[in-house]
Amino acid sequence: MPRKTMIEAIRDAMDTMMERDDNVVVFGEDVGFFGGVFRCTHGLQAKYGKTRCFDAPISEGGIVGAAIGMAAYGLKPCVEIQFADYVYPAYDQIVSEAARLRYRSNGGFTCPIVIRMPAGGGIFGGQTHSQSPEALFTHVSGLKVVVPSNPHDAKGLLIAALEDPDPVIFLEPKRLYNGPFDGHHDRPVTPWSKHELGEVPDGHYTVPLGKAIKRREGKQLTVLAYGTMVYVAEAAAEENGIDAEIIDLRTLLPLDLETIVESVTKTGRCVIVHEATLTSGFGAELAALVQQHCFYNLEAPVARVTGWDTPYPHAQEWDYFPGPARVGRAFLETLEG
Amino acid sequence: MSDDSPNEFGPLSLHVPEPAVRPGGEPDFSNVNIPEAGSVRRPPVDANPEEIRDLAFSIIRVLNRDGEAVGPWAGELTDEQLVEGLRHMMTLRTFDARMQIAQRQGKTSFYMQHLGEEAVSCAFRKALSPGDMNFPTYRQAGLLIADDYPMVEMMCQIYSNEKDPLKGRQLPIMYSSKEHGFFSISGNLATQYIQAVGWAMASAIKNDTKIAAGWIGDGSTAESDFHAALVFASTYKAPVVLNIVNNQWAISTFQGIARGGAGTFAARGLGFGMPALRVDGNDYLAVFAVAKWAIERARRNLGPTVIEYVTYRAGAHSTSDDPSAYRPKTESDAWPLGDPVMRLKNHLIGRGVWSEERHTQAEAEILDTVITAQKEAESFGTLHAGGKPSARDMFEGVYEEMPPHLRRQRQQAGV
Repeated sequence: MPRKTMIEAIRDAMDTMMERDDNVVVFGEDVGFFGGVFRCTHGLQAKYGKTRCFDAPISEGGIVGAAIGMAAYGLKPCVEIQFADYVYPAYDQIVSEAARLRYRSNGGFTCPIVIRMPAGGGIFGGQTHSQSPEALFTHVSGLKVVVPSNPHDAKGLLIAALEDPDPVIFLEPKRLYNGPFDGHHDRPVTPWSKHELGEVPDGHYTVPLGKAIKRREGKQLTVLAYGTMVYVAEAAAEENGIDAEIIDLRTLLPLDLETIVESVTKTGRCVIVHEATLTSGFGAELAALVQQHCFYNLEAPVARVTGWDTPYPHAQEWDYFPGPARVGRAFLETLEG
Repeated sequence: MSDDSPNEFGPLSLHVPEPAVRPGGEPDFSNVNIPEAGSVRRPPVDANPEEIRDLAFSIIRVLNRDGEAVGPWAGELTDEQLVEGLRHMMTLRTFDARMQIAQRQGKTSFYMQHLGEEAVSCAFRKALSPGDMNFPTYRQAGLLIADDYPMVEMMCQIYSNEKDPLKGRQLPIMYSSKEHGFFSISGNLATQYIQAVGWAMASAIKNDTKIAAGWIGDGSTAESDFHAALVFASTYKAPVVLNIVNNQWAISTFQGIARGGAGTFAARGLGFGMPALRVDGNDYLAVFAVAKWAIERARRNLGPTVIEYVTYRAGAHSTSDDPSAYRPKTESDAWPLGDPVMRLKNHLIGRGVWSEERHTQAEAEILDTVITAQKEAESFGTLHAGGKPSARDMFEGVYEEMPPHLRRQRQQAGV
């Protein structure tokens, strides 16, 4: 099976859907002729023409607002926000419009759009190219929120998102674009060509929204992670000799609560890992759900390992990033607890 | 300010614009420059925007002081169409009056009238074709009335009752009807403007023939979505008509706060290379003629047009404010462009196709029709009495398929 980078897998998903469905259109800043700053849309304009894949003005609110109008017409827009850090001018359009259109019009108008955006740090992007704003979207009724962790899932989830009848926020961990990253920034990078999850089937397939997957079976504790943190958790478990069960959530909204509860009920311990800031982060929701549904099985407090509650710094990136050392310490504390 | 300021020009001061008059003062519209009816030229529909920039600074008018239709924008409508237009405006006004009272009677939470602005949406609707889509604000119900959308359904929406087509989920008057080319009203301002452009772009992408119309008020042109809409419309030459209804007041804030130093709102379009026309919004004939020009331009793939309707909000912003707190009580009487219903009525009488008697009779008929509709709507309940949407409906339609967490919450709510 061909191995691809996450960038190629994401492009493959859009290509597959543009081929199958004339109503799929792709646009955003620099996505047309140039093919996107991360090259995710490279070649799509040449293949499908510039009315199917085109450059947009630097106006995130305009990009999402126009996409909503197109979706109301009957198209399936897949728009790119160049960095998740730039999505805030579009926040009103996403929260007040895309998310509520079906509801407020009683189904008269719907909004099947996909909003892709590279998120997360680890690339020395400083405070404007590193953020993980997933919790700002999981708090909004009417949205779906997806975070893939590998090329195989990225393609299948993006196709599922493009076939979904409701708006989907698709956060792409940019540190994973070219290979899995375990948080050891001082070691050589592993490319996806050397990882089995770099295997991406040709043609159409989906990874369903709302389904988590166990990346590692284990008995001692459950790790809830998504995106880059899946690999950091794997490294931390390996390095500390811990038999951790690592769940890659893949979709945050709707959440696969069943898989989470089944695992924590078994292990009795739970560590939540995300790169976003701690306070009111998605981990808070996960912790609340775990204590509600697994209270009598818990043998230690639910732990959270996250970015600190500061803006994402530049020089101090690796002090901020919840790397394998911090995650490993949380594992050990949770096992003692 | 310290004396050792390095600024040789002295200290700076902030300019905060004020309306010409405040409550207690004499209304003054001497700053509204109104050209003679019929005096503004009518360019060909494929005119180069660069050559018609003057139209953004004038006011296209058809009906003169004597009620005659004059000039190059006249002659678009038959007697029958004009009588129909008058009836639509009268219906909207009567509908508003009844719903305003219903709100005061506690039958709903909120209402917004069109008083003085009826011509804008009623005439515009008649210039559109089936399949075209409006992205309205909360003051364009004339688009529905003039398209014969059932009044009972409008009222059921206002009452949030058991027949509310939106199942009680939206504030009163935030209608939605795809069939009648009326996009779901948000309630947030300006968001719909760029959506209209996107819809129009989609029509062009699909090589369709439909066009879109975006709507915004003078105050909301200050939102960034307005700017985004003009950038996108201009960039992609989208088949869209971008309407700005300048009714002089954004709740209590006069239009100068949003307009800034620009001469007119229409002039905003000039920087984007778009045709920008200013029209007498209280003149049904002028509104129709200008709308038709812009709609034809869009349909011929010649791109977007900005239209500023110069009108006056004669009533309150909504049932939640009292205009006498921020403007002279008699200001609406002094508005120099008059009342749209009276002006069309006088024109039709002058044409010999209408009379005082027929007008009085039409008023009675319309009131009867509206009351009949109201009785029917109220038989399905009002906000606090009678039939209402079920609590179960609250959980439906957030997504096409209800996700597990909402199913759990619905169960928890016991509905």
